[in-house]
Amino acid sequence: MQATTQTHSQEAHSHEHHHDPGFLRSYVFSSDHKVIGIQYGFTALAFLFFGFLLMMCMRWQIAKPGLPVPIVGPLLEHLLGDVAKGGVMSPDLYNAFGAMHGTIMVFLAVVPLAFAAFGNYVVPLQIGAVDMAFPRINMASYQCFAAGGVVMFVSFFIPGGAAAGGWTSYSPLATIIPTQGQTFWLIGMVLLITSSLLGAVNFIATVIQLRAPGMTWMRMPFFVWAQFVTAFILLLAFPPLEAAGILQLVDKVFGSSFFLPTGLIVSGKPLDVSGGGSPLLWQHLFWFLGHPEVYVLILPAMGVISEIIACNTRKPLWGYKSLVYSVLAVGFISFIVWAHHMYLTGMGTKISTFFQTTTMIISIPSVIILTCLFMSLWGGSIRFNTPMLFALAFLPMFGIGGLTGLPLGFNFSDLHLHDSYYVIAHFHYVVAPGTIFALFAGVYFWYPKMTGRYMNETLGKIHFWLSLAGMNLVFMPMFFQGLYGMSRRMSDGGATYALANPANEGIVTALTNTVIHLNVFITHAALLLLVAQIPFIINVFMSMFNGKPVESDNPWQATTLDWQTPTPPPHGNFTKEIVVYRGPYEYSVPGASSDFIPQNQPDAKPAK
Amino acid sequence: MEIPYTVKPRPDTGLYNAKLGIWLFLASEVMLFGGLFSSYILLRVGADLWPHGMLSIPIGTFNTFVLIASSVTVVMAWANLKLGNPGKFKFYMAITILCALGFLSVKSYEYYVKFTHYDVWFKDDATAEKYFKAAYGEKGPEEVRELFVDRFHLHNTNAKYDPAQIQLVGHIAGNPLCTNLKKLLAAKQETIKFTADPPKGSHEHPHEIEVKLSDVQRLSAYVPAHSTFFAIYFTITALHGLHVLGGALVLAYFLFTVDKWWKKAPEQFTNRIEVGGLFWHFVDLVWIFLFPIIYLL
Repeated sequence: MQATTQTHSQEAHSHEHHHDPGFLRSYVFSSDHKVIGIQYGFTALAFLFFGFLLMMCMRWQIAKPGLPVPIVGPLLEHLLGDVAKGGVMSPDLYNAFGAMHGTIMVFLAVVPLAFAAFGNYVVPLQIGAVDMAFPRINMASYQCFAAGGVVMFVSFFIPGGAAAGGWTSYSPLATIIPTQGQTFWLIGMVLLITSSLLGAVNFIATVIQLRAPGMTWMRMPFFVWAQFVTAFILLLAFPPLEAAGILQLVDKVFGSSFFLPTGLIVSGKPLDVSGGGSPLLWQHLFWFLGHPEVYVLILPAMGVISEIIACNTRKPLWGYKSLVYSVLAVGFISFIVWAHHMYLTGMGTKISTFFQTTTMIISIPSVIILTCLFMSLWGGSIRFNTPMLFALAFLPMFGIGGLTGLPLGFNFSDLHLHDSYYVIAHFHYVVAPGTIFALFAGVYFWYPKMTGRYMNETLGKIHFWLSLAGMNLVFMPMFFQGLYGMSRRMSDGGATYALANPANEGIVTALTNTVIHLNVFITHAALLLLVAQIPFIINVFMSMFNGKPVESDNPWQATTLDWQTPTPPPHGNFTKEIVVYRGPYEYSVPGASSDFIPQNQPDAKPAK
Repeated sequence: MEIPYTVKPRPDTGLYNAKLGIWLFLASEVMLFGGLFSSYILLRVGADLWPHGMLSIPIGTFNTFVLIASSVTVVMAWANLKLGNPGKFKFYMAITILCALGFLSVKSYEYYVKFTHYDVWFKDDATAEKYFKAAYGEKGPEEVRELFVDRFHLHNTNAKYDPAQIQLVGHIAGNPLCTNLKKLLAAKQETIKFTADPPKGSHEHPHEIEVKLSDVQRLSAYVPAHSTFFAIYFTITALHGLHVLGGALVLAYFLFTVDKWWKKAPEQFTNRIEVGGLFWHFVDLVWIFLFPIIYLL
């Protein structure tokens, strides 16, 4: 609240004297939404790459258990000590990397990139606002995020290493691991949650209060709608996880027993705690965030995709209103599906049935959204540029991810698939070739607005095709491994398990050689995926200086307000008064002089 | 370019930005405390025994009134700004902040009392009985059982003597803060001097006894590690206390800068007090829920 009110003083202050703010104020402690968006973007991309490298180490360990990790092995040993003796990942290190891969990818990479980076940069532009409603809170949000990132990163180097209880941090396991990694994780999470809380308040207030004259709700681009719903999810779903984090922190630091049941025995000894707690409580609180979080990951991606599809098919989105109502429905229903992650906890069949039902219900609006996006392609004159290629690939990839989720939502089939590689494959299809492809699409799409230069198309297409191949080669085989029963948490990729349970006739749970050998194949594919990112990294940096300059402020001939600004948009965004006269996707309007009519253009044709 | 609606409300929403912002923030706070209150319910429903009467109701009631009074005065402060009376604003705001400090002082005292109050569990029944008799005389075991039933009977009328649960309650000589068996042993202590609580229906403390630590299985002050009741009590009240402290700091900032702001931007300043007041009411409201569930029920 203090910050809320200080915002006023800041603004009043900044209008008194307009002087050159200097490097620090311009790029580090800036309160301009565009700079903050770019800060979020680069930080998140760095974490995305870091999280990917963690996974590369893990993939090596899965494919070649017990052999030193090539190239980075000595570095790991040097930095982390005995857990990586001789450059070999120990199971403990594997667990830590696994937990941190999940945490980093979700909380430090994809959400910040999808929601905070694109949201910050694009939402105020698209609604015709000069900035976010609370610029200083926006800055505080990024700083909390950066602090959280630092805490998470530092935790790798403390004695005992980073949190190793899985990204879900189930208690009692997460609490009783004797090292302090989990404490760092919890403190980092509290900072990240604070950051997203500040961001969410800001987004909602901005969309409600700062829409330009004429920008009615049903004239908002779908991207803004998606971000708006996402902000509500973050606002309301994250605090229970913060509550859970505080409780686990008290357990860890003050020795209480919120999540530790009576009579808990660890390594053969009764634990010296009061007991009386409930491990199930953690799971409820965690998944109350955890499931809405899935929609935090996917809704902004859908928003990005719809902007790109509308622009590159040169026709309006098919079913704009259905999209809007569906995204609202998804937002609401996402709060009552969480326990479908908990069918195996013994919480009771009636509860399972309820959550199974709601889970099936939420698939309906999700399918409506995807269908609308598919239908939008019909009859369009499609421009196959790099952003559009990523957007087009998103549709089937997210489709696979979504549909393979249905067997996990039914509790009878989940009994077999739970915690297997099938689950890994399912949610990675949603997030990796799904959301991350959408984010790549967004980077290629808005890059000309941010820098005034296009990204290189050739490098972009190499990046796209290699990534598409890599993603599918990595994740598709995991479905089969999972169906054969390979558990997701085995640090040796199931080798020991396969030895102990040889494939005999009649034993369905045995892991055959074929299944084990897929590990090696997947690791090679992951390597391909790593190589595929090199053109992207080169492209991002090279195009800043050498990219083809844009011909106009609206290089894609788009209708939304983000393209009706100077390039790059200055502080305050618009050079003229913005008034909105029409809906967001007036492409190829019959009788119009051009095939697009910007939202702020008054009289290209008679008003509707 | 200027951000619109920082002071004047937007016509179609009827809100200025900060007011919408604080309501959104409070919605999120509702979910935060909602998560904690839900945890309280789940832990309590799942508990075999849930204590009653561990906290002083008169003190809690006093604190409740202090907070409610501060909610009234913060509105008076805002209303006086609306009426153009910065002098009276100062008066009421000062009372609000004094109330907040009063609340926090009382709360700290309550914490201190808990941190120096101990439960001692003994290694076996025979040892326990020996100490009960040493503390309360021949009728010791019955006295302890009565105290035990008294603590738990409200929520479990069948609460009976349970060797795993029964304990000696009282103070350690010198009133150490938040110590436990591990710390005492680490300090090479072998015995403690212990004054048990008065038996039921009396206010006279029995005489001090000496307890050998080798006879003790567990020793805990009333801290989060003591039991899930105290864990949730301390967690929620501490988080609430932090909200009180944060709110008081901001309100104090307003109080000390009123002269400057009243000259510069009176309307904006009034809005800030309104927003601060909304937060303050929320903090008050949390306590209104907290008091009955922790102290009374």
